[in-house]
Amino acid sequence: MDMISNLLRRPAAASVLSLVGVLAFYILIAGVDFGKLMGAASWVNYAARIGIVALPVGLLMISGEIDISIGAMIPAGAMTTAIISGHYELPIIFGILGALAIGVIVGTINGVLAVRTNVPTLIVTLATLVGMQGVVLAGSKLLTGSASVPLTAPDWAKTVFGQLMFGGSHQVVIVWWVFFAVIFWFVLHQSRYGNWIFAMGGDKESARNAGIPVNRMTILLFILTATSASFVGMCHAILFNSAQVSGGMHDIFNIIVSVVVGGVLLTGGFGSVPGIFVGSLTFAIVNKGIDFTAIDRNWSNLIIGVMLLVAVAMNESLRKLALSAAIGKRGKQKQDAPMSAASGEQRLPVPHSRRVERNEGPTDV
Amino acid sequence: MSDKTPVLEMRGLDKSFGPIDVLHDISLKVHEGEVLCLLGDNGAGKSTLIKTLSGVYQPTRGEMWMDGKPVSFANPREAQNMGIATLHQFGGTYPLMSIGRNFFAGVEPTKGFGPFKAFDRAKANRIAVEEVQKMGITRITDGDRLVGGLSGGERQSLAIARAVYFGARVLILDEPTAALGVKQAAHVLRIVKEAKRRGLAVIFITHQVMHAMAVGDHFAVLIRGAIAADFRKGERTREEIADLMAGGESMADLEANIEGYMETHDGHPPPPAH
Ligand SMILES: Nc1ncnc2c1ncn2[C@@H]1O[C@H](COP(=O)(O)OP(=O)(O)OP(=O)(O)O)[C@@H](O)[C@H]1O
Ligand SMILES: [Mg+2]
Repeated sequence: MDMISNLLRRPAAASVLSLVGVLAFYILIAGVDFGKLMGAASWVNYAARIGIVALPVGLLMISGEIDISIGAMIPAGAMTTAIISGHYELPIIFGILGALAIGVIVGTINGVLAVRTNVPTLIVTLATLVGMQGVVLAGSKLLTGSASVPLTAPDWAKTVFGQLMFGGSHQVVIVWWVFFAVIFWFVLHQSRYGNWIFAMGGDKESARNAGIPVNRMTILLFILTATSASFVGMCHAILFNSAQVSGGMHDIFNIIVSVVVGGVLLTGGFGSVPGIFVGSLTFAIVNKGIDFTAIDRNWSNLIIGVMLLVAVAMNESLRKLALSAAIGKRGKQKQDAPMSAASGEQRLPVPHSRRVERNEGPTDV
Repeated sequence: MSDKTPVLEMRGLDKSFGPIDVLHDISLKVHEGEVLCLLGDNGAGKSTLIKTLSGVYQPTRGEMWMDGKPVSFANPREAQNMGIATLHQFGGTYPLMSIGRNFFAGVEPTKGFGPFKAFDRAKANRIAVEEVQKMGITRITDGDRLVGGLSGGERQSLAIARAVYFGARVLILDEPTAALGVKQAAHVLRIVKEAKRRGLAVIFITHQVMHAMAVGDHFAVLIRGAIAADFRKGERTREEIADLMAGGESMADLEANIEGYMETHDGHPPPPAH
């Protein structure tokens, strides 16, 4: 019982439950063949596409901000690569660096606007979303005269960014997704920077007062979200040998839903990388798994809506559970009983006074 | 009083936020092993002053000196590195983070090397629990618990424990006893005395005359951003201090007014003045 409640208290618990619920629904009610679903690539590819962006977006949301300009950055990354290396036929490396550079530039703009102005980041990034859509469309019309640009990438670039693996239809971005997930997990849960991100989302003012470089971290997180989006776009252009200016709008909501289903609190300060990872997976299964059923694909949005509500409700109640964890309930905690620890590293050891309060309390004045 | 160099000295500090002048010409000293009580009505500028001392704000004019040398803090971290630890009024804790992570926010202990430096959770938890227990909160034994599940006073004690732990030279406490019970407040006062005994310079803000008189060696009263009185222990009576804290109005008069009003109004207190 204790173990179960401890597991439920983990920030990723609700997303795992959502995943189980969605799978159960598809397999038991909608009649999906589990083996076939597991063997299919469509949902894994999709999970990786949104998952790569969901990781930094999740961290940004934990820090208390949001970035919706990612919706324009996915096509922006794709178009940049295709224009540089397809239309102008420069080596692919310039196309790749160009895509990443546009991510860094837009991310920096978002971040600097976020810390310099008091405009909520929803509005800041809404502005860059719309602005970048215009830039990408007008730019590609101006430079190439078309809204769709072909691209032929050399073999090495295909191998690294745009290949299908196992001779089947799994895309190499899946490997990138897992790789990024491990890095983000380390950063958020193991490094001090993770602590800063949580503190920023918990109480920005206190975080600043505690000496955490809040502004620098915010700008960095915005650079990561925009660049990860342009990275995904770049991979797609290389895989599909072309890029279109449209698309990416659905991704905004899909990514944010994944992050929220993954247990990240919309107001910041709480969440986890395993949760975000499972959230993306769950979202992708709902979205692509519908094709394995007899259900009309349009219904998948209803399922997503329901899942979002259920997952958020679960997140809320599980977080309450985590907060109300009984004091000193777990027996094993007794081991790190505080008094026994060496006090050598304390800078100001204040001995625990044994005197009765009355002797030195405020009442003796 | 002493001819020793003060640990921290303010010389003619001014602070304005755009057109709003909050602090005017503040000059104060605090020595080793001395408690400076900063008193004053709501909005007098006490928090603004200590935020300037801890690097959150930069003074508009004036200088700060530490150990006889001029210093300036571009950010809170620089002040922290000089050994100034501050407990700010409100906040200081993050409800959805564990006790250990709260305690070390911004100054995390790490283990490992290079890019693989990991937050040392066991050490953070152990020290955090140890230090809050010293504050008299013995109910806290698990550093992994989320702070949001603690009571207001327990959270406050955690924040104080943190400032005490990191305050190497100067300890600044902005209304530390505000949310605390009698017993915990007594603990805080005891800790202030202990810090003083160990040679720290302490700046202590409170609205409670009792608490101020229990620990203060030196008192400075701010009224509308300027120093209205600056005196040492024993130079003023308790009533005089209370009057100064109320912004220069006589507490006895205020109380008499209220009582007189209540007598003529069926025991109802007067409506708040605007
Ligand atoms: N960032 C700011 N911008 C503009 N005005 C400010 C700012 N911070 C504080 N003030 C103003 O400065 C004055 C002093 O505020 P401060 O918080 O220092 O008061 P205080 O003495 O700490 O009061 P309290 O006892 O209520 O905590 C107030 O009138 C406040 O409105
Ligand atoms: Mg204040």
